[in-house]
Amino acid sequence: MRRGSFVEQLRTGLWRDNPGLVQLLGLCPLLAVTTSFVNGAGLGIATLAVLVASNGLVSATRRWLRPEIRIPIYVLIIASLVTCIELVFKAWFPTLDRSLGIFIPLIVTNCAIVARAEVFASRHSIARSIADGFGMGLGFALLLSGIGLFRELIGNGSLFSRMDLFVGGPPLPGLVIADQGWLLAILPPGAFFALALAVAGKNTLDRRQRRKEPGARLAPSRRRKFVRR
Amino acid sequence: MNPVMKSMLTLGLIAAICTALVAVTWQLTHARIADNQQALLEQSLQPALAGIEFDGKVSQSRLVLPPPHGLPGQDAAIVYRVYREGRPVAALIAVTARDGYAGPVRVLVGVAYDGHVTGVRILEHRETPGLGDRIAEDRSDWVYQFDDRSIGDPPLPGWRIRRDGGEFDQLSGASVTPRAVLKAIRETLVYFDGHKDALFAAGDLPEEDE
Repeated sequence: MRRGSFVEQLRTGLWRDNPGLVQLLGLCPLLAVTTSFVNGAGLGIATLAVLVASNGLVSATRRWLRPEIRIPIYVLIIASLVTCIELVFKAWFPTLDRSLGIFIPLIVTNCAIVARAEVFASRHSIARSIADGFGMGLGFALLLSGIGLFRELIGNGSLFSRMDLFVGGPPLPGLVIADQGWLLAILPPGAFFALALAVAGKNTLDRRQRRKEPGARLAPSRRRKFVRR
Repeated sequence: MNPVMKSMLTLGLIAAICTALVAVTWQLTHARIADNQQALLEQSLQPALAGIEFDGKVSQSRLVLPPPHGLPGQDAAIVYRVYREGRPVAALIAVTARDGYAGPVRVLVGVAYDGHVTGVRILEHRETPGLGDRIAEDRSDWVYQFDDRSIGDPPLPGWRIRRDGGEFDQLSGASVTPRAVLKAIRETLVYFDGHKDALFAAGDLPEEDE
């Protein structure tokens, strides 16, 4: 794999086809756990790990994939990987696991992962599939962390609180900026507002970029390639 | 080979590989996970035993009371009996307050043998973030107001939130949750007062270390 294409794939996952911002996949965990930076980043990293491994495994088995059994095979692979990640979290990050609760096993149902298996990994080489999983996973993880950071700041008045969930030890308050926040931001509606702002922000930036270089427009066909769920 | 057989074999093979993957991960992690769970249990229990000296681990002498048991809640109540040199010194009782704002609240009540509260902790809840969730000790000091109180101090009618004419603080903006938790604590203390000898007599004493 050439270096340039890896960078290109990273850019695709992080920005152009970001699973959360553009494909709007995996919204259930995105909206549910992003009440703080540590929760968003924790689930983001878990999803990233599953996505890299599942893309790699699906790509490795793509020669034997018959169309009629491909979906059960994706489900098998993804479910096993999520179980492994859950065990790893329970063993090494028990407090983070408790904080994320049901959303770690629910990574199985994150359609961003099945979508990458179907759209990309089942058609490309192992190296490219892993690169794609890494780019997409990182894009998703950064979005989760960013929304978590934003909601925590607005809703709780703090930044990076409870980082001890990653490293262990006594509870850490993080940076306290205000004693109290605007509660709505950590309640479920706040998740929708935050995501809407992020999507709007991305679209605005894209539009501005397009206006600057009229030749380099986003091809409309690229955007229709993905099924929205 | 016909295509159905081929699909079956492929699926079976991949299922076997995936199962092996999970089995290996489990092998590598299960000891740590069990340790973590034990440590977590101890960690969640011990803070409710402020000022009590005890031998061994709290989670050793566990007693599960299936419903109906007379304690708050309709699911099983769990009692951890705490001993010092073979004599009972305190008990930790996990009960359920059924009338929380967003479903049941699991409460751990630590009570010394003489009846005073050694600590209250919220084990599980789904109360509203920022309002009812301040019952949890990492959100506010609310649970600490029960420390060292007993059902004679204040007398039983005082074991209510102030809005209901009692002596304990509610939370501003949320009174349903504190009311439910307080009621569960009160009922637990009354139960312990009437049943403590039976509780400590039930089952075996923890094994003595030689």
